[in-house]
Amino acid sequence: MTNEGASEPTGSLMDDLYREIILDHYRAPRNRGDIESPTCSADGSNPLCGDQVHVAVDLTDDRIESIRFSGEGCSISQASTSMMTEHVLGLDGLSTRMAIKQFQSLMLNGEPPENSKLGDSEALAGVAKFPARVKCALLGWKTLEQALDREHNAPVTTDERERQDG
Amino acid sequence: MVQIHALDIAKIRRDFPILKRDVASGVPLVYLDNAATSQRPVQVIAELTRFYRDHNANIHRGVHTLSVEATELYEGVREKVRAFINAPDVRETIFTSGTTASINLVAHGWGRKFLSAGDEVVISEIEHHSNIVPWQMLRDAIGFELKYIPMLLDGTLDMDAARELIGPRTKLLSVTAMSNALGSIVPVAELSALAKAQGAVVVVDAAQSAPHMPLDVQALGADFVAFSAHKMLGPTGVGVLWGRLELLEAMDPFMGGGDMIMTVTMEQSTWADVPNKFEAGTPNIAGVVGFGAALDYLSAIGMHNVRAHELEITEYALRRLADVPGVTIFGPERAEDRGGVVSLELEGIHPHDVGQVLDSYGVAIRAGHHCAQPVMAALKVPATVRASFYIYNTRDEIDVLVSALESTNLMFGGTS
Repeated sequence: MTNEGASEPTGSLMDDLYREIILDHYRAPRNRGDIESPTCSADGSNPLCGDQVHVAVDLTDDRIESIRFSGEGCSISQASTSMMTEHVLGLDGLSTRMAIKQFQSLMLNGEPPENSKLGDSEALAGVAKFPARVKCALLGWKTLEQALDREHNAPVTTDERERQDG
Repeated sequence: MVQIHALDIAKIRRDFPILKRDVASGVPLVYLDNAATSQRPVQVIAELTRFYRDHNANIHRGVHTLSVEATELYEGVREKVRAFINAPDVRETIFTSGTTASINLVAHGWGRKFLSAGDEVVISEIEHHSNIVPWQMLRDAIGFELKYIPMLLDGTLDMDAARELIGPRTKLLSVTAMSNALGSIVPVAELSALAKAQGAVVVVDAAQSAPHMPLDVQALGADFVAFSAHKMLGPTGVGVLWGRLELLEAMDPFMGGGDMIMTVTMEQSTWADVPNKFEAGTPNIAGVVGFGAALDYLSAIGMHNVRAHELEITEYALRRLADVPGVTIFGPERAEDRGGVVSLELEGIHPHDVGQVLDSYGVAIRAGHHCAQPVMAALKVPATVRASFYIYNTRDEIDVLVSALESTNLMFGGTS
C-alpha cells in the first residue's frame, strides 16, 4: 500500500458537478418556504436516496405569481429546485412547461437545447455525467410539473379550495 | 486459548486483483463498502472458472462422471459450512440465494405452519429490511402481533425492554447478530436464552457477523441462522440457512419443484429429506462451489484473526474520524461493541454529496439508509455515510478516507 493521504481527485469532473452557483443555491436557497393556500402544490421524493421536496405555486391569470419550496436532500436536489423557482417565477403555464422540457433535455444530453433560456439552471449540465444524480436534479422540476397538472385538472382543485376557503 | 496472529495484509491484498485498479486515472480504489458486498480473492474466482471449465453438470441427477463430480463438489461445501459454523449435522445446511431467501424460507416454511393469530413475533428496531418485511407480510396473512425491541441512541438494543417484550406469547424471535447500518454487535446468546425460556424459536440474521467473526451456531443457542456468501468473499446469489434438524424436518417446503420430492404422482407428491426438501430446482452450483473456496480462504486465516484485524482498523478509524470537523459518528462508542462498520454524518453536507466527493478520491462507501429505515428514523437522519472494513483494509486507506472527508468539508465551505 502506497496511499499517503488522498490522491488528487478527478478534479474537473467534480468541479463540473458542484459548480459554485450550485453550492450557493444549496447554502442559501431562494424562495424557500410555503404558501398558505396555494393554487396548486405537490410533493416529490426519491425513495432510494431520501430526497424530498414540496412545491407550492400561486397562479394569477395563468402566470406564476409566487412559488415556494421546502424539503431536504442532497445539494443537487435542493439547489436545482431553488434555481427552478427563480427561473419560473413570472412565467405563464406554457413557458413553464417548456422550461421543464428544456431542463429534462439538459439532463439527458448534458447541454441545453437550442434557443433555451434556462439561466442559472444551465450550471447543472454537469449532472448529466453522473447518471445516479440525474434524478436528484429532476426532482423539483417533476414536482412542479405534477403541481401544474393538478391545477389543470381544474374541478378537483377548485372544489378543494372552495371547501378550504369555506 | 485461541492464538491471534496479525494478518499479512500486503499478502492478502495480492489475492484481490480488484484492489489494484484505479477508479479514475491515478486515483486508486479504496474499497470501504464491505458491509454491502465484499471483494473476491483469485482463489474464489479460479474455483468458479475451474468448475465451469472442468466439472460442469447438473447435480443429484446423472450417473455420468461430470454429474457425479459436480454433486461431490456441491455436497462437499455443505460439510465446509457445517464445520465453519460448528453445526452438529451436515444435513442442517440449506443452500439458498442469500440471507433474504433464507429468512423468507423460515417465514414460509416454519412461520406459516406454526404461527397463528394471538401469537407474538419479536424482532428489533435495528433489523435490515430483510428481517422486517417478511414478518410484516406474514403478520398480515396470519394476524399475529409483531413487536420490536427498541434501539437505544448508541445503536445498541434496549435489553431491559427486551426482557419485558419477550413473554409467554412469544413464539418466535428474529434478530440480527450485527447491525448493518451501525455495526452494533447484538448480544444474541442472551436474547436467545430469554426467548428459549419462553419456548420460542430463535432466528439469527448473521449476514453481517458471519463474514467478520467466529460463528458457533450451538453457542448462540439459535434454531435458525441465515447468512450470505457474497459478504464473505464468495459469489453473489448464494446463501445459507442453518436450522436444527428436528425443526427442518417438521417444516413444510417453501418452493415446490424438481429435486425436492420423493415421489410425484398426478394426485400428490411426497417430499425429499432435509436438506433437499428446501432446495427445489437447480441451485447455484458453481456459486456454492466458489463459496467453498471462500470458506477455505477465511478458515486458513482464522476468524479470530479476522475479527482482531477489523477491531484494530475500527479503533483507528474511530479515533481518526472523531477529529474530522463536523463529523458525528453513530453507533456504539467502543470498537469492541461494533463490527468493522462506521456510520457517520458530516454537518451540513448530505450523505449523497459526501459519497460523490469521496468517490472522486477513489473511496467507495455507502451513502443512504442502508435498508434500515427504522434505524435512520430513530437517529432522526435521512441517511448516513457508512464505511465498512474487511481483511484487506489498511490504516493507509483510513487516512485516505479522513483526508477525503476533510476535502469534502472544504469543498462545501462548511466546517473545516
